[in-house]
Amino acid sequence: MAERSFKAEVQKLKLGAGEVFHGEGILAITKALLESGVGYVGGYQGAPISHLMDVLADSQDILAELGVRFQANASESAATAMLSASVHYPIRGAVAYKGAVGVNVASDALANLSSAGVTGGALVVVGEDYGEGSSIMQERSHAFAMKSQVWLLDPRPNLPSIVKAVKDGFELSEASGTPVMLMVRIRACHVTGEFTADDNRRPPLGTVDALNAPQRDTSRVVLPPFSYQQEKDKIEKRWPAALKFIRENRLNEFFEGEADSIGIVLQGGMFNGVIRALQQLGLANVYGDSRVPLYVLNVTYPLVEDEFLEFCQGKDAILVVEEGQPDFIEQALGSMLYKRGGTTRLHGKDVLPMAGEYTGEVLRKGIAAFLAEAAPTLLPEDARIMEEPDRNGNGDIAATVPGRPPGFCTGCPERPIFAAMKLVQKEHGAQQISADIGCHLFASLPPFGIGGSTMGYGLGPASNGAFTGTPSKRPISIIGDGGFWHNGLSSSFSDAVFNQSDSVVMVVDNYYSAATGGQDVPSSRASNPTKSTRHPIARALKGVGVNWVRQIDRTYDVKAMRKVLDEAITTEQKGPKVIVASSECMLNRQRRERPERDKDKREGRRVSQPRFGVDEDVCTGDHACMRLSGCPSLSVKHLDDPLRDDPVAAIDHTCVGCGNCGEVADAAVLCPSFWRGDMIHNPSWMDRKLDTLRRRFIGWLQRRGARNRLVFTGTRS
Amino acid sequence: MNSPGTETGIIKLAIMAVGGQGGGVLTNWILDLARGNGYTAQATSVAGVAQRTGATIYYVEMMPRAERAPVFSLMPTPGDVDIVIAAELMEAGRAILRGFVTRDRTTLVASTHRMLAVSEKVAPGDGRAPGEKVLEAARSRAKRCIAFDLDQIAADNGTVISASLFGALAGSGALPFEDAHFEETIRASGRGVDASLAGFREARQVAHDRSEGSTDTGDATQKPESSSSTASVSGPPELLQRWKALEKRLNDIPQPARQFARLGLERVVDFQDTEYGDEYLDRLQRVATIDKESGGETRNFALTTAAAKYLAVAMTYDDVIRVADLKTRAPRFDRVRKELGVNDDQVLHLTEFMHPRAEEVCAMLPARWGRYIESRPKLFRFLDRVVNRGRRVRTDTMFWFWTLHMIAGLRRHRRRLLRHEVELCHLQAWMDAALSCAPDNYDLAVEIINNRRLVKGYSDTHERGMSKFSRVMDMLDRVAARDDAATCMREMREAALADEEGAALDRMIESMKQSPAA
Repeated sequence: MAERSFKAEVQKLKLGAGEVFHGEGILAITKALLESGVGYVGGYQGAPISHLMDVLADSQDILAELGVRFQANASESAATAMLSASVHYPIRGAVAYKGAVGVNVASDALANLSSAGVTGGALVVVGEDYGEGSSIMQERSHAFAMKSQVWLLDPRPNLPSIVKAVKDGFELSEASGTPVMLMVRIRACHVTGEFTADDNRRPPLGTVDALNAPQRDTSRVVLPPFSYQQEKDKIEKRWPAALKFIRENRLNEFFEGEADSIGIVLQGGMFNGVIRALQQLGLANVYGDSRVPLYVLNVTYPLVEDEFLEFCQGKDAILVVEEGQPDFIEQALGSMLYKRGGTTRLHGKDVLPMAGEYTGEVLRKGIAAFLAEAAPTLLPEDARIMEEPDRNGNGDIAATVPGRPPGFCTGCPERPIFAAMKLVQKEHGAQQISADIGCHLFASLPPFGIGGSTMGYGLGPASNGAFTGTPSKRPISIIGDGGFWHNGLSSSFSDAVFNQSDSVVMVVDNYYSAATGGQDVPSSRASNPTKSTRHPIARALKGVGVNWVRQIDRTYDVKAMRKVLDEAITTEQKGPKVIVASSECMLNRQRRERPERDKDKREGRRVSQPRFGVDEDVCTGDHACMRLSGCPSLSVKHLDDPLRDDPVAAIDHTCVGCGNCGEVADAAVLCPSFWRGDMIHNPSWMDRKLDTLRRRFIGWLQRRGARNRLVFTGTRS
Repeated sequence: MNSPGTETGIIKLAIMAVGGQGGGVLTNWILDLARGNGYTAQATSVAGVAQRTGATIYYVEMMPRAERAPVFSLMPTPGDVDIVIAAELMEAGRAILRGFVTRDRTTLVASTHRMLAVSEKVAPGDGRAPGEKVLEAARSRAKRCIAFDLDQIAADNGTVISASLFGALAGSGALPFEDAHFEETIRASGRGVDASLAGFREARQVAHDRSEGSTDTGDATQKPESSSSTASVSGPPELLQRWKALEKRLNDIPQPARQFARLGLERVVDFQDTEYGDEYLDRLQRVATIDKESGGETRNFALTTAAAKYLAVAMTYDDVIRVADLKTRAPRFDRVRKELGVNDDQVLHLTEFMHPRAEEVCAMLPARWGRYIESRPKLFRFLDRVVNRGRRVRTDTMFWFWTLHMIAGLRRHRRRLLRHEVELCHLQAWMDAALSCAPDNYDLAVEIINNRRLVKGYSDTHERGMSKFSRVMDMLDRVAARDDAATCMREMREAALADEEGAALDRMIESMKQSPAA
């Protein structure tokens, strides 16, 4: 069950011809797939493509009605391998994954697929995670398109263009026998808009039909001598066919402009940003009519030489707007110009930065620099120059505003795991710790500062490989349940068992692929009507030969976590020592439990609800508890007491009573300030009786005690 | 109404929020509102991991629907944003830093409440960013700044901040839509409508009043420290009599220190008894005398003032008895019930987390016994094995309440216990060090008094604080020789508060040892 439900939105997928679709980019892509008669879909979640996977999962009824097979693949590699169905059969297939990391994982299958070539359209939707808000290394998927000869679409970021690109992509794929990547940037995935829908189409040939009439063609196998022929085909047949299709169907767009001695060549995805920059320079209107001619590459690979040279004809200079590095497109266009003896000057990364996101400001400055050199008279005297913002305000607020990186949510079950690790390091000294991909990577930030490397999804333990033969000290690694099933079981654990790695691994099992939005994984505890869950990680570990496995079923027990870590570090046992620390992701747990609890409260059933608090007069304001927590609900507050210098700890109403504060105070011997209040809603008769008795007794003692002393009431206690 | 962005016809609105605040809900409301009013609108966001408590931005563009579809941008450009909504004060600061707030066009609607970043919370001292700096920048950099605590309004109305932000947006008049349309949007969304509407309306009203007025006075983000103590005292007549006598003695303390002295006096009497109050005033009187002799009059009796504060803090050390006392008081139970919102139909179970060690037990014994055990490692370890474990104490039950009540009652014998002896000894050394400096270097003496701030916390934390305190005090001789002794002492203290282990302090000490006296 994913964090965000699209149950209501997926009804939009049923819209018919002529009806107007309103919604997010991701949903529009799904609708376009159905309108294209796709036969099977799959992929692996990860921002910004998580929601596409969630939409597919939530629309399984609609998919089933149309005879479309949906597979929530174990990895991008598995997803891409699934596209093999389009090699021999004229069935359209689509898979989705996250940017460069997805393509990295998929690259083995992608290279085989593109060598073999396809019969049915094969579309890979890549959510390019580049620039602000990105959670991965800054690379381009473009390189993979080039190395494997996969065509790359980069449509203008509006819904009609994206929907058209999906349909064009399938046709291009079929016309050229080549898989196609559709690249959608993170903001375009979440952009809202509208387009006129078409009817959904049943796939003309379903996967079931194909299974009943199997086909084979040895020449599609990547094996000599066929692999040589496949490479030849790529160049001699598929490439020309693609160019022809792109040109004839005008996949790339030309926008006329009166200043025809210059022009801008841009990736489709850059269109809105370039238009905005031109607007700000007084050279375009709100509808995108530009005075500078534009050549929009909705297909960024392959480039159509004739089209480009035609665009350059009669132009003194052009600007290439290509986000990211290396500057593949600019290099290619430069080479085309040079070889044809072109005299048009080519600008690009000389006026625009080589690396980094092309934000509005970057584009405006870059385009202005280009115009200043190539067409200085074009910039109108009265061009609206925006007020240059004074970012610093009065005084140095840059030093004042604190950074706010992402972190663990309120009540997160991973927090106590890392609190325990921090305590173990205090006792045993600093340890070599390698991290992995997932929410648990937030532990590398303050306040925990645990783990200093990530080598890829499911590769945390594997990345300690070099250290696992040292007899004196053991390296520690962290891996999540998502990474475990994605790739970890083979690449990290089989590897460790086989190599007799003397190491410690912490498996953070929060019941979901939590960082990507709470999708189910094989070890999820929920019963999922269409997926097989509840396969314990500990059993899988024993299956691959890990002998030392410890299962912790309540990560909040910091003392137990600490003890088991101690044991793992010090035990005589050889081979990998694996701790499986399991507690449900609090975000998902609250989403599941809160409605039930509210219902119970309303209907008069006894409900005990915990929350933590701090005795402000006991707290001394040292904040040692924060350094083992970082919980959003545990903060500090200023007391109205001149005798106190430092703010004291305070817990706000968002506390979910996870227990970490109390456990940490106990395990680290911090202070007695924390309390837990269990509020009993709809108490039983027994609860009430006992409560009355207790409060009477306590009240009597309190009154008696107050009789012999001065009691100050007012400013403080 | 003067609608922004008239040059291009596009209204550009950025929402700066913290992941988990519900920025998405607000964005959808704004989209629905715009569309319902015949506008074409587009929203984008960068979701992903930033949603996990990190800073996030949502961005909306809109313009009246026309024949042709406009080309909207997918991200805000510095200098080109009409409306910025900041769901937290520092996020308003971030908007300024990113250049989204400009004087020629930007209406800034900001909530002044704080959600502290981790970096602000983990400092052993006070790591909070000064909010007033950001507020001041917001007022001077925006065309209009409407800033007040929208989180409080949301909480007061039982709703979330998206509702009050939407209200403040309506009240600002920055969007060319009627209030009624805002309300319709909330109603159409269909969940928690009544609470949302209540929060919306209150925020709209405040924002409206603020935008009518010529200048926005805003909220102070940090209340000034209270200027006077108005605690009322009650108790048996003979004790009140003694209290009156103590109060009279306050008049002997120099005027500038009197306020702290009064607060300190209350604190020590509350901690122990009226005799303890006399001890406090005796010590303070001694400081005041030396202060006067050292020319404190010209310095507004800074030494006595500092001593009034830190003597009280030092004399009311955090021992087990005090914790038990604080935890069993009636007002404390009331406070907990109030904080949780427990009503008469509900029952509260209250659990405390205690972790006594042999150290705490020895400290609670008569001094001779405590020392006896402490000087015998085997016996001490044995005791530690017996007592050292986390104890969950249910103070709502009769047994545990009675137990803590009895421990609190040990107060009567406190003067004979080991902890008291240790604390007094420490206090004496510290005061002597300060007072011996006073005649020659008055400012240094004040700083030595202020060093007491370093000692706080329980068990390990307390030991760490003590260690920092001694590290600083060990430098006294070297520091005293310098011209900038007081400054140096203050800087060392600040360094000690910068991190947990005192690494910054050690670096500073190291460099001072290497460099000759300035």
